Amino acid sequence: MTASVFFGCTFIAFGPAIALFLFTIARDPLRVIFLIAGAFFWLCSLLLSSLVWFITVQISDKESASQQKGLLIFGVVLSVLLQETFRFGYYKLLKKANEGLLTLSAEETMPISIRQLAYVSGLGFGFMSGAFSMVNILADSIGPGTIGIHGDSQHYFLSSAFMTMAVILLHMFWGVVFFDSCEKQHWWSLAVVVISHLLVSCLTFQNPQYVGSLVPTYIIMFFMGLWAFFCAGGSLRNLKLCLTCKDKDFLLANHRPR
Amino acid sequence: MGLESSKWVIIFLVCWLYKNVSCNSVEQKIYVVLNNTVPCVRLLNATHQIGCQSSISGDTGVIHFLESEADLEWPLSKGPNPPYMVVLESSLFTRSIMMKMKNESSRVAGVAVVIPNTSPPEFSPHTTCPNENTGVYSDNYGPNLAHCNSTVWNPLGNGLSYEEFDFPVFSLNEDNETELIKQCYFDHNRAVNGSAPQYPLCAMQLFSHMHAVTNTPTCMRRNNINYSINPEMVCDPLSDNNVWGSIRPYNDTVFGHKENESVVIAAARLDSRAFFWEVSTGAEGSISGFVTLLAAAQALREVTHEAPPTRNILFAFFQGEAFDYIGSSRMVYDMEKGKFVIDLDNVHSILEIGQVAVHSGTNLFLHSDPVSRRNNTVNDEITNLVKNLQSSTAGLSFLLVEPGVSQPLPPSSLQRFLRARPIPGIVIADHKSAFNNRYYESFYDNAANLNLTYPSNLSPEEQLEFVTDTAKSLTDVATLVARALYKQAGGDESKVNTIKADPKIVTQMLYGFLVSSNNSWFQAMMSPDLQDILKPSPPQYYVGVAMSSTPTRLVQYLLANFTGAATNLTQSQCQKPDELPNESRQMYSYLWVQGIVPPNSTQRDSFCVRASVRLTRAISPAFELGEYASKDYSTWTESRWKFIKARIFLVASRDLEMLTLGVGVAVLFTFLLLTYFVSSKADVLFSSAREPASAAY
Repeated sequence: MTASVFFGCTFIAFGPAIALFLFTIARDPLRVIFLIAGAFFWLCSLLLSSLVWFITVQISDKESASQQKGLLIFGVVLSVLLQETFRFGYYKLLKKANEGLLTLSAEETMPISIRQLAYVSGLGFGFMSGAFSMVNILADSIGPGTIGIHGDSQHYFLSSAFMTMAVILLHMFWGVVFFDSCEKQHWWSLAVVVISHLLVSCLTFQNPQYVGSLVPTYIIMFFMGLWAFFCAGGSLRNLKLCLTCKDKDFLLANHRPR
Repeated sequence: MGLESSKWVIIFLVCWLYKNVSCNSVEQKIYVVLNNTVPCVRLLNATHQIGCQSSISGDTGVIHFLESEADLEWPLSKGPNPPYMVVLESSLFTRSIMMKMKNESSRVAGVAVVIPNTSPPEFSPHTTCPNENTGVYSDNYGPNLAHCNSTVWNPLGNGLSYEEFDFPVFSLNEDNETELIKQCYFDHNRAVNGSAPQYPLCAMQLFSHMHAVTNTPTCMRRNNINYSINPEMVCDPLSDNNVWGSIRPYNDTVFGHKENESVVIAAARLDSRAFFWEVSTGAEGSISGFVTLLAAAQALREVTHEAPPTRNILFAFFQGEAFDYIGSSRMVYDMEKGKFVIDLDNVHSILEIGQVAVHSGTNLFLHSDPVSRRNNTVNDEITNLVKNLQSSTAGLSFLLVEPGVSQPLPPSSLQRFLRARPIPGIVIADHKSAFNNRYYESFYDNAANLNLTYPSNLSPEEQLEFVTDTAKSLTDVATLVARALYKQAGGDESKVNTIKADPKIVTQMLYGFLVSSNNSWFQAMMSPDLQDILKPSPPQYYVGVAMSSTPTRLVQYLLANFTGAATNLTQSQCQKPDELPNESRQMYSYLWVQGIVPPNSTQRDSFCVRASVRLTRAISPAFELGEYASKDYSTWTESRWKFIKARIFLVASRDLEMLTLGVGVAVLFTFLLLTYFVSSKADVLFSSAREPASAAY
C-alpha cells in the first residue's frame, strides 16, 4: 500500500524476532553463528521440498484445479515433515559439535548449553521461515495499491504479518520442545511437535477466512509457549518470584554454579 | 560422465527450470496492467514544450468517470479524495474541459480518454492555422494573408495538441480493459446519495515521465553534456527520410545545378499526427494526397518510356510536414546549398496534391499564391499550368476551379519553395477555403472519414481487390494529375489521352494504407527483409525519430515498383550491380522485391527492381546548423522516456495505513520491553531445579 503499511507489517511480523535477537543473541558471537546455521538448515529443507513439489507439478496435469490443490496440500505436508527432519538433523549435528567444542575450548564447561542451542536454532528456523513468508509480500506492500481488485480480502497484508509473527515464535517454541524431548528421549512429545506444526500449516488452507486460521494458530502458540517455558526450566514459582521482585533473595539463597 | 558434461547437465536443468517457472505473485492480486493504452508525449520546439508529463514514479488518482462538464466540480472542488484520475468519453474531450483541468491540476492526477469506434461529428486537436510561422506568409510577404487573417484553414481546430499539461493523458480503447475499469468504478467509487464513497477506492496509476524540459535549445544542450561514456540523451529531433523519384535518372553523386535541366516537381506529404503519440492515420490529411501521386506516377510510366517529355518530372514525398515542414524545408535547404541532385534554378514548376478525397460537390480547387502571381512571368506560368490541368479533365467526373478570391496558399510544401524562390506552383485540394476535413490531424482521420466501406461478406483478400467509390474518385484525380504533369513537362499532346490511372492499384493502396498493411500485394512489393514492418493494422504516420518509418519504406518500394523496371539480376547481383557493365548504383537504386506466389508453386517469384528512387534525409536544417532556436526552420524534438505504463488497483484509506503502522510500532515496543524483562531475569526464570543425571547441559 505505502511505506506506512510496509513498516507496520515488518514490525508486526519481525518485531518479536528482532527484539529477541537484539537482547539475547546479538552479544554472543557463538549464538549468532548457531542462529545462522539454523537458518541455513531450514533453507535447505525448503529447497529440497520445493524441488520435489516443483517436479511433481511439472509432471501433473496443469489444468485440473483439484489436482493442483491436492498437490499443494501434499507439498505443504512434505515441507513440514522435511523441516522437522532437518531440525532433527541439526540436533544431531549440534550434539556432535558440542563434543568437539568441548575438547577444543580451554574451559571445563561447555560454552553453550544444549538448552540455549535449542532456543537459538528454533529462532534461526523462525527467522528464515518468516523471511520467506513475508519478504515477497512486503515488497509488494510498498506500492500504492492494496489487494482487492479481483475480490480478495483487503486484510491480506495484516493477516500475513500476524501469521508470520506467530510462526516465528512457534518455530522457537518447537525448537526448545524438540531438543528437550530428544534429550530425554520422549518420542511422544516429538510427535506432538510435528503434529502441531502440521496443524498450523494446514490451518492456513482456511485463508481467506483469516479468523479461522489466525485464532487457532495463536491458541496453539500460547500452549506451545507454555510448554516450552516449562521445558526450558521455568516454573510457576519462578514466575511468581520474578513478578513480585523477590528474585534477588532467591538467587543468593540458591546460588550454585550452573 | 565427466565434470564437463555434468556441468552442462546442470546448466540445462537450471535453464529449463527457469523457463518453466510462472509467477503467481501478490502483485497480480493487486494490480491490473492496462496494455492497450497510448500516452501523450512531450514535444519541444524552439520556445515551448507541448504535450503531457507525469511524475517520475507515476501519478496515482482515484478514478472518476466524468458525466458532463458540470460534473467537473466533483474532481476539481467537491470530491473528498483528491487527486482524481478523470476518465472522459470522447464527446467530453473538449478544450474547455481540458483547460479547466489544467488550471486546477493539483487535484487532477491524470486524464484517460476512451476512444470510441465511431467518430464524433468533428474533432481536430490541431491549431486553426497550421504551420503559421514557418510558411511563406509573414509580415514581409503578404502580411494581410499571414496568420490566417484572410482564410482560417482549420476552423474546427481546438489547439489541444499544442497545449502543455503537467499531468499524464492516456487513451483507452473501447475493449475489455475499459469494461474492467468501469466495473471497478461502479463497484467501489460511486457516491451513494451524495455521501462520499467508502474506502477502498478504485484508482489508476499512469507512468509517462518525460526527460526533456523547457524547449529544444535546453534539451539539445543537455544532450551534449558528456559526464560518462554513455551520455544520457534527453530528446531527439523529429526526423525521417523523404522519398523522391524521377522519370529520367540523376547521378546520385553529382550535386548542384544541372545545366539545361528543367524539372517539374510533383509533391505530396507523407505524415500526419494526432494528440496521442503515434496513433495517427491521416486518411484525408496525407494518404489521399500521396496515394494519388503514386497512382499518377504509375500511370505515367508507359508513356514516358515511349515518348519521353522534354522536362524531367520529379515525384517528391515529404515527411514531417505536420511539424513545420521538416521534409520540404530540408529539401529546399539542400537545393540552396547545392547538396541535392538539382537546385532551385532547375525547378520549372511545382504541382502539389493536398487533401483530395472528401468532396463537397464535384469541384476540385487549384490554389496558388497571389503574392508571387503579381510577377507577370510567374503569373503566366501558373496560368499555363492551370490550363494544362483544366484541359486534362476530359472524361473525368469533376471540374477544376480556381478559388475566386485572392486567397493564400493552404498549408503545403509549396510554401517552403516559395520562401526561397518565386516558383510557379499549384496545390490541388478538395476545399475552397476552410478544410473539408473535420478531423484534421486527429486519430479519427481514418478510413471511415473517407467513406471507405467494403461489402460485409468479403474476405480480406477480396476486400483488397474490391474497387471502392473512394478509389474511383481518387483514380480520376490521379489521371488528371498524370496528364497535367505530362503536358507540363512538354510531352507529346497526342499521347495524353492514353494516360489513365489504374483503379485497382488505387484501391489496393487504400486498403494497404488504411485497413491492413499485411496484405498479399504489399508483401509482393516489399523486400523479404522488411516483411516484419507489415502488420494486420494500418501503419502509423507519425514522423517519429527513427530512420525510416513504415510509410516511408512502403512508399519507397511502391514508387520503385511503379516507375522502375524489372531486371534479370540475381539477388547477389542486385546487391552489387556495379560489377555488371550496364548497371550503375549511382544512377539507379536496386531493390530486391519478393514478388507474388505463382498459382502452381510455393516459392515466390522474387526479382530485382531498378528504379531511380532515392531516400534523402528529412531532418530540419536547424539541427544541421546547430541553430536550435531558429525561427526559420522547424525545431521540433521529441522527449525521451524510460517506460510508459498504466495500471489500476484499489487504494486503502490513510487511516487504515496509519493504524497498521501504529500497531506495528506498538508490537515492536511491547516485545522489546518484554524481551528485556525476560532476558534480564533469565537466571531466575529458567532455573528450575531439575537434576536429571542423563541430561547434558
